[in-house]
Amino acid sequence: MSTPTDAEAITYIRAINLALDDALAADDSVIVFGEDVGIPNGPFGASKGLRAAYGDRVFDTPISESAMIGAALGSSMAGLRPVVEVMYADFLLVAMDQVINQIANTRYVSRGKITAPLVIRTQQGSTPGSCAQHSKSLEAMFAHIPGLLVAVPSTPQDAYSILRGAIDSDDPVMVFESRRLYPSKGTLRRDPDPRVGIADVVRPGNDVTVVTWGTCRPLCEQAATTLAGQGVDCEVIDLRWISPWDSTTVIDSVARTGRLVVAHEAVQNAGFGSEVVSTVVEALGPRLLAARRVASLSAPMPASPLLSAQLLPSAESIARAILDTIGEQ
Amino acid sequence: MMAAEVDDYRDMLRIRLIEEELLKCVQDGRVIGSAHLCIGQEAIPVGACRALKSDDPVVATYRGHGWALAKGVPPVQFIGEVMGRDSTLNGGRGGSAYLSSPDHAFMGENSIVGGGLPMTLGLAMAHQRRATGLIPAVSIGDGAMNQGNVHESLNMGSVLGIPFIVIVENNGYAEMTPSTDLTATPAAVRAAAYAIEAIEVDGNSASAVAEATRRARELAVSTQRPVMVEAHTRRLGGHYSGDAQAYRPKGELEEWGRLDPLTRARSLLDPTVAEATYQQVVAEVTDAFARAAQLPAPLEEEAMKHVYAN
Repeated sequence: MSTPTDAEAITYIRAINLALDDALAADDSVIVFGEDVGIPNGPFGASKGLRAAYGDRVFDTPISESAMIGAALGSSMAGLRPVVEVMYADFLLVAMDQVINQIANTRYVSRGKITAPLVIRTQQGSTPGSCAQHSKSLEAMFAHIPGLLVAVPSTPQDAYSILRGAIDSDDPVMVFESRRLYPSKGTLRRDPDPRVGIADVVRPGNDVTVVTWGTCRPLCEQAATTLAGQGVDCEVIDLRWISPWDSTTVIDSVARTGRLVVAHEAVQNAGFGSEVVSTVVEALGPRLLAARRVASLSAPMPASPLLSAQLLPSAESIARAILDTIGEQ
Repeated sequence: MMAAEVDDYRDMLRIRLIEEELLKCVQDGRVIGSAHLCIGQEAIPVGACRALKSDDPVVATYRGHGWALAKGVPPVQFIGEVMGRDSTLNGGRGGSAYLSSPDHAFMGENSIVGGGLPMTLGLAMAHQRRATGLIPAVSIGDGAMNQGNVHESLNMGSVLGIPFIVIVENNGYAEMTPSTDLTATPAAVRAAAYAIEAIEVDGNSASAVAEATRRARELAVSTQRPVMVEAHTRRLGGHYSGDAQAYRPKGELEEWGRLDPLTRARSLLDPTVAEATYQQVVAEVTDAFARAAQLPAPLEEEAMKHVYAN
């Protein structure tokens, strides 16, 4: 497999492929498996070339998410570091018992005598034509579960670094990748990232704090660029992780700007944006002058791009929400 | 008379007496909550653990007291855990239905029917890859044979060639409904559908269960595939401690009671030896309850610890 040089821009999906490759090379206890992950090289190419390079440490499973995820749990309990791929986040829903009743409780109930250092990789969100069973953004459901760590990378660098950090973590980590961002490009440092739960300030600013993650990050950056031309100075923060999440960075930012917009692709109703706004309200009280959430409207996602565009957040809807917070005093 | 028969009787009796006392504890408030007892099924864990290596990991169900004790978990700590005390097992976090002791290769009870199968598949996957020579075993009930988790794991274990032992304790009831009313085909027939060997055995004989488990373990090792043992038994109590069992046909408990594995195990012994063993276990269990009651309560500040590594 060719290895990109540091300066070369690579895609998000290639960054994941490199993270898996480097983790398999670094640690014999790492195994990678899932549906079509081995010989077919992964449905999206995340495991391209890995079966050839690492043999039966990279393998295919039946279409049985409960058995796959439970196998990750059991093998992690007995000393391996499994990375299981769930093809679409929607498919996690057939294996919720294993994730929530089994994996998440393991450390707590045994007081750390049994642990589950596993990674569940999946991808989520809407792309044109994807039906309501292949387009949900489900990260908030898992952030609600004590015992799980939840990451939401949005760039090739984070896709790489967060996955390496997740594999090295002694806790179970769920990584929700963005299918829509798989072709997006960036440069890469091939370092594992120990910064679990730390946000990145993507763009510093003084007027409005815009908190985002995953697929919405480029939309927020686009909105910030547009509004900069109108004299509105946005601070864009990519949370990168929502469990744990970097409330300190967000609160410090809103303490300066007084205004908060949270943008995510998951539906607004009981979405993680509500947690962000509530936390800031509790911390800052009246110093928070205005807050808005931008999210998908709370409906199942229709397949037609014409219809889905009516529900999904956009750079325009994010920009409008930002301007709304400025209009309020 | 063989020493093994005395051991079987003693180990089954210990489980029985502890559970009978635990039932009293639930009723008088020494145990808060409920308990799912394995009264009538003790020969299965005792027999199976004779055949397993002591380090073979075992996963059980909420009806798992017998398995914990058969794996060698100390009775004082076990009882303390069920009583919600700061036991060396889970420090009160597991309780009756979700306790574990990896120090004894007891990887835990599971309070989700069929929920332990996928993790057992994973344990087996790791032990196979690490070439430890250990074969994990999981106990499930007949009711779990209707859970997707079980079927996914049997199929995946079969196609990927992962060796583990599934012990189906067919006790006649899936919670409160006769399992024959709920199950289209017997467990062994379903195992055959996944190209898995199934051994049926009289689950009320510890020696028969031990022999079946020994064969199952050998098959798991030689074929590197899952193997099923279906142990036919009878649940001589309710689904849980508060179950009035109004659903039972009249006379069923008396009829089933005649198959009580403990009565049978005792009948194999010289009466003098049997009585001496009985008195010894009574004294041991009485002492264990007294000592368990002295275990400290969990510290309140422990409640938020161990959610995460850091």
